[in-house]
Amino acid sequence: MPAALAVSGLVKRYGRVEALRGVDLAVEEGELVGLLGPNGAGKSTLVKIACGLVRPTQGGAEVAGAPAGSHAALARMGYLAELFRFPGWYSADEVLRLHQRLSGSTGGEAERTRLLELVALAEARDRRVEEMSKGMQQRLGIAQALVGEPRLLLLDEPTSALDPVGRRTVRELLESLRGRGISVLLNSHLLSEVELVCDRVAILLDGAVVTAGTPSELARPRGVEVETDEGTRVYADARRDDAPRIVAELVAAGRRVYGVSVRTSTLEEVYLDAVGGETS
Amino acid sequence: MRGVGTIVRYGLEEALRRKVFAVVLLLTLCFLGLYWLANHYAFRDLSGVGVPAGIDARTFAGSFIFGLAMFATLFLGVVLAIFLTIGAVRGDAERGLLQPLVVRPIGRSSLLLGRFLGAAGVCVPYVLAVYFASMVITGSAGHWWPDRIVTPGLELAGAVVLIAAISLLGSVFLTATANGIAIFMVFGAGLVAGLLGSIGHALNSHTLERSAKIAAYVIPVEALYQDALGQITADTHGVTRFILELGPFGGAFVGGTTVRLWSVAYLALVGALALFAFTRRDL
Repeated sequence: MPAALAVSGLVKRYGRVEALRGVDLAVEEGELVGLLGPNGAGKSTLVKIACGLVRPTQGGAEVAGAPAGSHAALARMGYLAELFRFPGWYSADEVLRLHQRLSGSTGGEAERTRLLELVALAEARDRRVEEMSKGMQQRLGIAQALVGEPRLLLLDEPTSALDPVGRRTVRELLESLRGRGISVLLNSHLLSEVELVCDRVAILLDGAVVTAGTPSELARPRGVEVETDEGTRVYADARRDDAPRIVAELVAAGRRVYGVSVRTSTLEEVYLDAVGGETS
Repeated sequence: MRGVGTIVRYGLEEALRRKVFAVVLLLTLCFLGLYWLANHYAFRDLSGVGVPAGIDARTFAGSFIFGLAMFATLFLGVVLAIFLTIGAVRGDAERGLLQPLVVRPIGRSSLLLGRFLGAAGVCVPYVLAVYFASMVITGSAGHWWPDRIVTPGLELAGAVVLIAAISLLGSVFLTATANGIAIFMVFGAGLVAGLLGSIGHALNSHTLERSAKIAAYVIPVEALYQDALGQITADTHGVTRFILELGPFGGAFVGGTTVRLWSVAYLALVGALALFAFTRRDL
C-alpha cells in the first residue's frame, strides 16, 4: 500500500531563493507526523506542494500514490492553510455545505453536525464567520479540512490562534483521527503539542530535513537525578540501566533515597540543538 | 461540471450578500430616473430646435440620447464586471479565500470557468435590462426606436463579458487594486481610440481613422460598442448619418460580422491565457 504522503527529492526555488533543497519525507497510513523548523525553513512550502498549491522545481510528492495536485490526490486529502479565510457572510454550516459540494461528499447534514461537534462548534452552527473569534474560525477550518473523510490531513499551524482549551480539543481530535487510521502531517511551532501527539517528527532547516525520528528516538539521555537526604545529586553520564546501581551504592553509603528520575532531552532541546538557535 | 456550478453559485451568493446587487440596483434606478427626465425635456423641446436642412431632428436626438444611454449602460456593466472579478485569483489568494477552494477536487479550470460564468451571469442580464429599459424610455418619450433592437444590446453585453474575462486574466497576475486600475485604463484607452476615430472622421484623416480602428480591434470592447452604436442607426443615411458618425454618442463606423467573430476569438484567447497562467501559478 502506498504511503499516505510520499515526498522525494523535493526542490523548490523562488527566483534565487531555494525554499526546499531535496526533501524526502513519508507519512504512512494512520501516522501522525510533526513538521518543525524555524520561520522560512520551508515547512509551509512543503505542505503547499503536497496539496498542489505550489509546483515543485524538482522532485515530486504523491498522495496515496497519486501525484500531488491531481484530482485523485485532492479527493483523498484535507488541508488547512496557515493563513486562510472563509467568506464572512457564510454561517459555519454553509461553509461546510460549500465544501461538501466541492469535494463531492454525500455526508449531508449528518456529516456537518458530526464535524461541528468534533471541533466544539455545534452551538455556533448558524453563526456567521464574520461574527466568530479567530479561534472559532480556526476550529471551523479544521472541520472544513475533514469534510469528505480524507485519508490524509495537512494542517499548517492549526492551533496558532487557539486558547489552551481549544488546543486540547484539537489535540484530542488528532488522537481520535489517528485511531481511525487517518494520516496527519502537522506543521506547528508548538513543540510541546507535537511531542504529545506525533508518532514521528521531522525538523527542517534552510529547506532540508536535518533531524527526523520518533520523539523517543530523538530524545538523548541527560543523566540520572537522585533525590537523597543530602539533597539532589545529578549523575550526568549515567543512563537508565545505571539507576539501580547508583541507588544501591547510595543506600550502602548510608544515604536515604527519596526519588530517582532518568533525564532525557525534551523535544525543545532537540529542536534547539538541530536549528542552532535560528529563528528566521 | 459539479464544481463549475458550485463556484457559479458561490460567486452569485458573494455578489448578493456583499450587497453588490443592492448598490447597483439603486444606482441604476437613479440613472434611469435621470435618463427619463433628459428624454422628457429633450423631446418636449424638439419642435423648437432649428436644425440644418437634410437632418431629421427626431432621429438625431433619439439616436444621440440613446447612444448616451448605451455608453452609460456599458460603463455601469464594466464597473460591475470589474468589481466581480478583480480579486478572483491573486486578491482572493492573498486574503486566504482561494486556497480552501483550490485544494478541492474540482480543478483550477473549473474554478476559473465558474468565476467567469458567475460574473457573466450577473453582468449580461444586467446590461440587457438597462439597455431595454433605456430603449423603452426613449421610445415612449420621443417616439423614436433604434433601427436594430436586439443586436446592439447583445453587443454591449458581449463587451462587458470581454471586460470580465480580461479582468479575470489580470487577476491572475495583479493585486485587486492594481488589476482594477489596469482594466479601467484599458477600457479608457478603448474609449479614447473611439473618440480619435470620430475626430479622424470629422477631419477626413484616414491615418487617424485607421489608427483608431486598429486600437478598437486590439481592445474589441470598443469595437463592439462602436458596432452597437452603428446598429441603432443602421438604416439612417445622408447628412443625418454623417453628423451622427461624428459621435461620440451617435452612429459609429466600425462594425460588422468581423468584429463579432474577432470578439469571440478574443474571448477564447483571453480565456485560454488566463487558464494557462492560473494552472501554473503558485498560490
